[in-house]
Amino acid sequence: MTDQKKSSGISRRTAVKGIGATLGAAAFAKAIAPITTWTAEQSVDEFLQKHYQELTPEQMQKILARLQAETKEQYGAEVEISDPKPQEGVKFAYALNLSICVGCRKCAQACHLENNHDRPSGNSYIRVLEMKKGSLDMEQGKVDYKGPVPKSDSFYMPVQCQQCDAPPCVDVCPVEATWKEKDGIVAVDYNWCIGCRYCEAACPYHARRFNWTKPQIPAEEINPQQGYLSNRIRPQGVMEKCTFCLHRTREGRLPACLEACPTGARVFGNILDPDSEIRWVLENKRVFVLKEELGTKPSFYYFFDE
Amino acid sequence: MSSMSKTAPSPASAGERHLVSYPRFLWRIAVMSTEGNWLFYAWMIFLSAVALVGLNAWATQVSQGMVVTNMSDHVSWGLYIANFTFMVGLAAGGVMMVIPAYLYHDDDMHDVVIIGELLAIAAIFMCIAFVVVDLGRPDRFWHMIPGIGKFHFPISMLTWDVIVLNGYLLINLHICGYLLYQRYRGRRPNPKFYIPFVFLSIGWAISIHTVTAFLYQGLGGRPFWNTALLAPRFLTSAFVSGPAFIILALEAIRYLSSYKVGDGAIRILVNIMRITILINLLMLASEIFTEFYTGGAHTASARYLYFGLHGHNALVPWIWSSIAITVVAALLLLCPKVTKHPIMLTTACALAFAGIWIEKGMGLIIPGFIPSTLHEIVEYTPNGIEWRISAGIWAAGLMIYTLAIRVAMPIFSGEVSLAKDKDNSA
Repeated sequence: MTDQKKSSGISRRTAVKGIGATLGAAAFAKAIAPITTWTAEQSVDEFLQKHYQELTPEQMQKILARLQAETKEQYGAEVEISDPKPQEGVKFAYALNLSICVGCRKCAQACHLENNHDRPSGNSYIRVLEMKKGSLDMEQGKVDYKGPVPKSDSFYMPVQCQQCDAPPCVDVCPVEATWKEKDGIVAVDYNWCIGCRYCEAACPYHARRFNWTKPQIPAEEINPQQGYLSNRIRPQGVMEKCTFCLHRTREGRLPACLEACPTGARVFGNILDPDSEIRWVLENKRVFVLKEELGTKPSFYYFFDE
Repeated sequence: MSSMSKTAPSPASAGERHLVSYPRFLWRIAVMSTEGNWLFYAWMIFLSAVALVGLNAWATQVSQGMVVTNMSDHVSWGLYIANFTFMVGLAAGGVMMVIPAYLYHDDDMHDVVIIGELLAIAAIFMCIAFVVVDLGRPDRFWHMIPGIGKFHFPISMLTWDVIVLNGYLLINLHICGYLLYQRYRGRRPNPKFYIPFVFLSIGWAISIHTVTAFLYQGLGGRPFWNTALLAPRFLTSAFVSGPAFIILALEAIRYLSSYKVGDGAIRILVNIMRITILINLLMLASEIFTEFYTGGAHTASARYLYFGLHGHNALVPWIWSSIAITVVAALLLLCPKVTKHPIMLTTACALAFAGIWIEKGMGLIIPGFIPSTLHEIVEYTPNGIEWRISAGIWAAGLMIYTLAIRVAMPIFSGEVSLAKDKDNSA
């Protein structure tokens, strides 16, 4: 091989490689384009935001103000986002009387409206099972029942987050984006969740919901009373769940699902208060929990009238 | 500097020589990676095209949300995690080259052991990629980095998986990088610097698949996964798919390049597969027996998977084709003459590989979600976006593997070395 041939060969090869590299880079830029427009919409403050439990009150105030401004900008709604803390000496528990529940699903609808769920998906934290009398086997249950309720051969079992004392969803989270609060509520930091959905796989009660896309709600339908850990409009790509409406219950009000129940099947309260109605139910009724054998220790009880 | 490098080795000059020869080694790798025959270019261009299509699909998924996939709150993990699970097995299976070579001092294996380790590297890259594309918020990956984020160790099994997968990647990068660099310099690798890591990688390979099985196995709410047999079954299937892929790679190297691949290595791998594929089938039988002889509500997922449930049967064709092709592969492998018939051998390996891919993916991850924990049946079939992203990751992984072999083989055979490079440039 002569020197001349060698050098011309190298330069031709290099030129072809250069063209190839340029084409490749251009194709790469084109392929990745949708992500660059998305990142442009994300705020730097949001990206750098620390975990909920590490935020100082001042930092939280700034974040709440930012979230309110973002809701105004993106959804056109004036909202007030607060961060109510657990009260001392309070642990929440829920009980549900299966003898009175008629399966009307008003609770699920109230949950949908209260918690600013995505409208097109009709999301709700509550699923109501229509069960044949004589069996507690969920395999015999139906969630997509139709026609007038209650049917004489059926009973109805609403299922929502059981706020377990040994929550499998909290154990599996790789980034501690979900944890159990002092008053018994299993909370999610929507700004810390990475969206791996391991908690959704771990939950035995189908209590967790993922934001497969950015929630859509008309401005006039947005519930303006919002909590940071509860019903504020969730970001895309993160997990959410029932919080026993902590933005209401931590301020002495009742959960939206209870207020909506037309039959009074739902009982909610502070399990540490000996005079509370929930304590009366637990002490005087025969109560049971779902999937007790899994050892999740639910704070959600079911009972029948004798 | 150049005169220094010609002096006798001394502790003082060793560091400086590395300063010259290591960048030279890296540069040589970079140059070799972009050179080859027309087949090499065609293959790389094809893989790049597929990878870019996948990248574009992923960019769309990130911007519009995972609503563009067919996953749901009921089936919250799909094709990505299915592929991830299989890929962990492939990475673990790569080590099946290492055990005979170092534990039993089999010399035939020493020449090709690096092919298995490079496969482990490419497979782990794909594992990590499949997890990343499954994240709803990949921009928050830093939340998982210990120190600046919150690493939920040791409670979350996912954090164990992060540790073992990245650890396995580093161990194999070290072994391959060290061996190749020493060969390039024309030195004998110092056993102190790699033998301990080789033994570590053997144990570590077991750990990556055990921990990945524990991810699913530990969930009490999912009876289909909540079985102690899961981790051992993961390992046996890994020790089928890993050797199967390596045999295919060795056959390809044999036909597409001038490198001599001995029959000894292939014979050992076939012997490994003969045993592991049968153990895998035995475990499958044991699982099916427990599920169907006992009956009851916990069997619902298995009934759905194998026979369909209440008129829903999307997974039935998948699992039966998996069982059928695994059985055919086992029969072919049991033929005494299989090592002498390349077509029969590659067919057996391709079938075994495909059979395990279905079994560990559509046959394991998806039925765990069906019926759901409240016994709703919501079916799942991957859609175009999911197939494109998955194909893109496979293409990127194959690209890494092709380049790794493209670089490693000439260095290992002595065709490319520091001494020859110096002669050429002089």
